[in-house]
Formats: sequence, structure tokens, C-alpha cells
Amino acid sequence: MYEIIEKQVLSENVKLMKVKAPLMAKKAQAGQFIILRIDEKGERIPLTIADYDRKKGTITIIFMEVGKTTKQLGTMKKGDMILNFAGPLGTPSEVENFGNAVMIGGGVGIAPLYPIVRALKQAGNHVISILGVRNKDLLILEKEIDEFSDKLYIATDDGSKGHKGFVSDVLQKLIDDGEKIDIVWAIGPIIMMKVVANLTKKYDIKTIVSLNPIMVDGTGMCGGCRVSVGGETKFACVDGPEFDGHLVDYDNLMLRNRRFICEEEKACKLAGE
Amino acid sequence: MAVKKTKHEMPEQKPKDRIKNFNEVPYGYDEKTAIEEAKRCLQCKNRPCVDGCPVEIDIPDFIKQIAEGNIDKAVEVLKSKTSLPAVCGRVCPYENQCEGECTLLKIGEPVAIGRLERFLADYERDKGMKIPKKTRPTGKKVAIVGSGPAGLTCAGDLAKMGHKVTVFEALHAPGGVLMYGIPEFRLPKAIVNAEVDYIKQLGVDVKYDVVVGKTITVEELLEEYDAAFIGTGAGLPRWLGIPGENLDGVYSANEFLTRVNMMKAYQFPEYDTPVKIGKIVATFGAGNVAMDCARTSLRLGAEKSYIIYRRSEKEMPARNEEIHHAEEEGVIFKLLTNPVKFTGDEKGILKEVECLKMELGEPDESGRRRPIPIEGSNFKIKIDTALVAIGQSPNPLIPATVKGLKIGKWGNIETDEEGRTNIPGIFAGGDIATGAATVILAMGAGKKAARAIDQYLK
Ligand SMILES: Cc1cc2nc3c(=O)[nH]c(=O)nc-3n(C[C@H](O)[C@H](O)[C@H](O)COP(=O)(O)OP(=O)(O)OC[C@H]3O[C@@H](n4cnc5c(N)ncnc54)[C@H](O)[C@@H]3O)c2cc1C
Ligand SMILES: Cc1cc2nc3c(=O)[nH]c(=O)nc-3n(C[C@H](O)[C@H](O)[C@H](O)COP(=O)(O)OP(=O)(O)OC[C@H]3O[C@@H](n4cnc5c(N)ncnc54)[C@H](O)[C@@H]3O)c2cc1C
Ligand code: SF4
Ligand code: SF4
Ligand code: FES
Repeated sequence: MYEIIEKQVLSENVKLMKVKAPLMAKKAQAGQFIILRIDEKGERIPLTIADYDRKKGTITIIFMEVGKTTKQLGTMKKGDMILNFAGPLGTPSEVENFGNAVMIGGGVGIAPLYPIVRALKQAGNHVISILGVRNKDLLILEKEIDEFSDKLYIATDDGSKGHKGFVSDVLQKLIDDGEKIDIVWAIGPIIMMKVVANLTKKYDIKTIVSLNPIMVDGTGMCGGCRVSVGGETKFACVDGPEFDGHLVDYDNLMLRNRRFICEEEKACKLAGE
Repeated sequence: MAVKKTKHEMPEQKPKDRIKNFNEVPYGYDEKTAIEEAKRCLQCKNRPCVDGCPVEIDIPDFIKQIAEGNIDKAVEVLKSKTSLPAVCGRVCPYENQCEGECTLLKIGEPVAIGRLERFLADYERDKGMKIPKKTRPTGKKVAIVGSGPAGLTCAGDLAKMGHKVTVFEALHAPGGVLMYGIPEFRLPKAIVNAEVDYIKQLGVDVKYDVVVGKTITVEELLEEYDAAFIGTGAGLPRWLGIPGENLDGVYSANEFLTRVNMMKAYQFPEYDTPVKIGKIVATFGAGNVAMDCARTSLRLGAEKSYIIYRRSEKEMPARNEEIHHAEEEGVIFKLLTNPVKFTGDEKGILKEVECLKMELGEPDESGRRRPIPIEGSNFKIKIDTALVAIGQSPNPLIPATVKGLKIGKWGNIETDEEGRTNIPGIFAGGDIATGAATVILAMGAGKKAARAIDQYLK
């Protein structure tokens, strides 16, 4: 059992929790994730480690309420117990001094981006962050990311804050303005990662994306999380979740992530009744 | 009186009923039948059956006690060599092991050793299990990685020797394949839980959600524990490597069975984890795992469940009993057939598999005749779901994270006969050392390693 020791509401349906898990906090690194199961009948769902406190023994998760499990998790309070919490899983981000790093986060993808931004800054990179959301009320972790960024751009679909449009527009502008970019990180909706990767490919800028296929065990046992990278089948839970963005088959990932849509809607409807 | 030539029948659910539920198929012997069956045993002096058992159960001795009606005593004899009798009595391939050596085979069927073992285990569980007296603690601590049959057996035996044992399991449930792989209708999960509870009552502590190699490394464990046993199994699914394998509708056997068994997707939406199969399901492979997939599909409502296998009936690796049960339930066997390509509709959802007919040639290195494709024999089968059950490789996580550990050519951990690896204090056994094998071999390996660990700690 793992205690929720802090809870914050970041935006309409995005919540932050600090969970007591000392063994995992000791090992956690940027780019890794955990798998949790709320109760005996629950599903195992993966969530990125948004932060960790090795001294206090906590892991921070930030999640968007999209279905049965994340909505149920959202109703839990400080002091409540999560039945299972396993990790840190996956391969950590490769952190080194690349030079000029552009860090792109979309929606709840901003959460996993944060510890990488911090790690890259601490490794000596010049960091430019671009955060994209539908409207300004959905923007999370702006202050935190700003603290470790040399420059921060915001893009909103409706223009309620920053640039009106997509993160890729901002990236294109940076490139057009002659910004010398050594590496790009893009984490967010699959379609966003695809667009960014297609853009950076043209300019041959190394790009890392973090994939979020449907998972079960998270230990490399089931193959449910498999993704096609450079024509090879990889398991995102052990080989990833980060991959070379220019090699990922995004269309296949989108397709496979829709596998259980009907069932998930059913579970949600029943839970709502 | 002449000995009855055949085993006493074990009653079971009728095929047409059982494909509508996940309840266990055979019901087991009652006491009267068990005693009658036990009386068939000749009590051979040379005990050939015992040689066939990887965990050295004193078979004639426990059978003698049953025949004399001393059921409690029989349980004691059985339990002195195995901590998981209810499991072995159900899934052990006894036809090739103890029963395969039985003298009665010369005149007919062997003594139903497996069924008798199952009877005893179930009898004891119904009555409430007796916990053996605690041995004096040795003060030594052992870490066990993985709670499959290898890890559990090793843990139970070490605890009985007085060592303090902690099991670290990556998942949220114990049992390894017993829990996530083998279906409820063949091995009820309540039974696995009861056997694990027994091991816990021996003093073994089980910690879940600990992915060794990630949450903590083996080296770190050895700072706190005097020895470690690695029983992490062969959990890495193999793929066919043909086009279309990543389409929506293609699962590995592991994913499919884990969703259904461990996550209880057959009770969705009461349980949150979904599984989806269409009307026509094809399982590729013909081992126990494949039979489990094909039979599970029927129970989830598939109208047609195919087994597609590239060799012939004779080469099918599954136990005869499983093949027989699958046939009775209506699984359709397409043998000498090899898939070459999956195709999907415009949305990328699986709709058919293209296959080739095969014929058998000369025996290959496995001793089985090699399947050779018949050119131009391509044909297509409409399917909604494909389950790939062509084998598993050793889980690479531990081999990749322990520095200097000697790894074999299939990614297995290399050990000697007793489970010692090349690093003092690190032992291994079960599927991680041998590649995918059987429950009883994993238990045998756990048992031998427990002895070697005990020696090492002295
Ligand atoms: C490595 C990894 C890290 C992740 N990190 C985060 C994170 O930090 N914060 C966060 O909010 N989410 C994260 N996700 C996504 C999160 O796991 C899913 O949102 C969650 O599993 C949905 O569960 P549910 O029961 O609430 O919704 P469901 O009812 O299962 O699904 C609702 C909707 O979400 C979609 N969905 C289901 N599973 C996923 C998935 N794995 N990825 C994307 N969409 C999915 C479904 O197709 C459906 O449309 C991560 C996923 C992965 C694989
Ligand atoms: C569907 C199916 C049906 C089968 N049917 C039969 C049958 O009828 N008869 C038979 O004899 N055999 C059968 N087998 C084979 C048999 O189940 C295996 O040979 C046996 O379970 C191997 O035992 P094990 O202890 O080595 O490993 P496993 O049972 O695989 O257990 C390994 C455990 O280690 C855990 N683990 C893995 N990595 C880590 C880590 N890094 N840290 C912590 N824990 C970890 C896993 O989660 C798992 O719980 C079947 C197998 C399958 C898949
Ligand atoms: S454990 Fe298996 S091989 Fe040994 S006696 Fe029992 S059924 Fe036979
Ligand atoms: S070989 Fe068969 S008949 Fe002989 S002791 Fe063993 S079980 Fe009994
Ligand atoms: S989640 Fe099962 S292999 Fe990755």
C-alpha cells in the first residue's frame, strides 16, 4: 500500500499527487515511469515520474483524467492508499550537455517533460521550452519549467495565451530565425510528436519522443506495449519509453492505442452510473 | 485379484457446459475412488516412478497410506517433498514423468499418481492446512527474485531449514505463470493463493511491486542478504516475425492470458481491465500455452477457435490431456500450416491471415521432422484475433543488470546442476536458467538450489 501524501489540482482535469514509495524514489530518474493499480479490481496504468524526492521518499505523478482509472484516481485524497505502485520502469533519458536543447511539451505531456528540462539544464544545456495546450486554463507547471529554461514559449489553440496555434509553429519560427538547435525533446499527444518529428527530420535535428502505448505489466513480459521503431519491434516499457522520433511509426501507435476504446467507454459509463 | 488395467475415471464438466464458464474442468477423485485407485499400486521395490519425479516425491509411500485409508499420513509424506502439491497434481506432465515410469504401463494404464496427488492436496486444503513446526532460526537471510514455482519452492525449502527468506516479485500477485499464464479452468487462482499462503506461513515474506534490476539491483540485495536466488522465468514473448504482426487484433499469448487470468478481464467490467476478441480467433503454436489460448477464446465467446501449427499432430508439444480437452471443446486444428502474413482493413484492424501448407522433411536438430513449405499453396483464413503462442525466451532484465553474470546463448543464466551461477552467493533456476520448461522442473530447480544455498551459508 502506498500513501498519497499530497494532492493538488493543477487544472480542470489535471491533478498532481505525491506518493510515498521510498525504494522507487531512491532510484527514479528523468524519463522513467511507474505502474499503479488503485485497488483489487483495478487496471494497471502507467504514469510518468514527474518528480521525486529521494529524502522524503516520494514520487510525484501528474495525470489527466481521461478514463475510468484516472478519474477514480482523481477522486482520491491525501491520506488514501494506492494498492500497487511499481517502478521506476523504463530506460532513463539520456542526459548530457548537447548544447542548445529545445523542449516541447503538449498537454499533460508537459508533466514528464519537466524533470528532463531540469536535468538538461543542470547538465549545462541552453534550454528553450515550448509548452502547448488547448487554452490557458490547461497550462500546467509553467513556473517550474520556466525556472530551468533560458527561454519559454507558450502556444494555445485558441490564442488565450502566447502564440495562437501549435508548438510546431513556434519551433518552425525558431528554426527560421536561425536558432542553432542541437536536440529536440517532444512529449505530448502522438499527433504532436509526429508533426514535430516530421519537421525536425527536414533539418536533420536529433529528436527524442516519449511514447505512451497501452501497457499491462511494464516488465517486458506481455508485448502489449510494442511499437515499431525503424522497422523493428520494440517494447516501450523496457526499450523506451523514449525513442528516436525520426524512426517511430506513429500511425501504428495511434491505431494500437485505440484497441480498447469501446470497452473503456463502457467501463466509464458504468462507473458513472 | 487381478489389477484393474485402467485408471479410475475422474469426473469432469461436459464440454458443452464448460466452454461457457471459467470453472475448473475436472472435479477430482472422491475419497473412495482415491483409495480404490491407490490399491492398484504394486509397491514396486525398485520404485521406478520416483526416478521420474523431478522433486523426488516418495510416491509408493504416500500411495500406500491412501490405500490403507490413512489420508492425513499420506498428506504428510507428500508434503515432505513438495510445497505446491495442488499445483503439480493439476499441471504436471506426469504422463512423461512419474507415470511414464510406472510398472503398470506393461499391462495397461499407470497408477493415476497425479490425480492422487491432487486428491490429497484438495483434501488437506478443505480441512485447513497444517503448518510444520518451525526450525531453529539460523540467522541467515536469503533474497528470492520472482515468485514463480522455482522461487516459491526455493523459498519454502529454505524457510523450513530455518533461514529468513524474502521474495521480491515485480507484479502485484504471486505465482508467476501459475497466476498470469495458466487459466482459471485448469488451475483455479484460489488454489495458487492457498499454496502461497502456506509458504508465507512457513515464515516467508513476499514483497510485490519490486522489479529487481530497476527498483533495486541484485548487488544491492546482496548487501543486505547472505545469498540470492533468481527465478525470474521465461517471460519474453517470441514473435512470428511476419508482416502485419503489429495490427490491432494481434496479441502475444502472454498479453492475452495476463489480461484474462491475472487481471480477470473475463469479468470485465466488474474488473477494470478489458480484453477484446472477435468471432474468429486463431492461435499460432501447439504447446500448452497455445491450448490455453484457444480454449480461453471459446470461453470468451469466440465462435471459431483455430490452432494453426506448422508441423503435424505427432509433433505438438502440448500435453495429450490438453489437446484432448481442446478437441472435445471444439477447437479446430489446422496442422501443417504456417502463417506468412497478417492483413488488416483500411483502419488497420486485423481481418485475415495468409498461410502456406507444409510437408514434413528430415528430422532437424530437435529430432522432430522439419516442416517444409509447399510452394504455391498459399491460402487465406478470415480471422478477427490472432494469438501468438510460439514460445518465450528468458526475461532479459536480470541478465542485463548483474555485472559479470555468465549468460548462455539463449539469454539464459548459466548454472551448474545445483543452481550455482558463476558469482558466489547468486543462484538461479527454473525457466530463467533452462528456457521455457515445466512447473515441476522449475520446482525441482528451486529445491536443488535451496540445498546448495543452505550448504553455501554454512
Ligand atoms: C510510459 C507512459 C507514461 C504515461 N505518463 C502519463 C502521465 O504522466 N500523465 C498522464 O496523464 N498520462 C500518462 N500516460 C497515459 C496514461 O497511462 C493513460 O491516460 C491511462 O492509462 C488511461 O487510463 P484510464 O483508465 O483512465 O482510461 P481508459 O479508460 O483506459 O482510456 C481512456 C482514453 O485514454 C486512451 N488511453 C488509454 N491508455 C492510454 C495510454 N497508455 N496512453 C494514451 N492514451 C491512452 C484510450 O484510448 C481512451 O481514449 C502515460 C502512458 C505511458 C505508456
Ligand atoms: C500459458 C502457460 C501454460 C503452461 N502450462 C503448463 C503446464 O500445463 N504444465 C507445466 O508443467 N508447465 C506449464 N507451463 C510452463 C510453466 O508454467 C513454467 O515452466 C514455470 O512456471 C516456470 O517457473 P519459473 O518459476 O521459472 O518462472 P515463472 O513462473 O515465469 O515466474 C517468474 C516470476 O518472476 C517474476 N519476475 C520476472 N522478472 C522479475 C524481476 N526483475 N524482479 C522481480 N520479479 C521478477 C515474474 O513476474 C514471475 O512472477 C505453462 C506456461 C504457460 C505460459
Ligand atoms: S510432482 Fe509431478 S512428477 Fe512428481 S509425483 Fe507429482 S505428478 Fe509425478
Ligand atoms: S511404479 Fe507404479 S506401481 Fe510401482 S510403485 Fe510406482 S506407482 Fe506403484
Ligand atoms: S507492458 Fe507488457 S511488455 Fe511492455
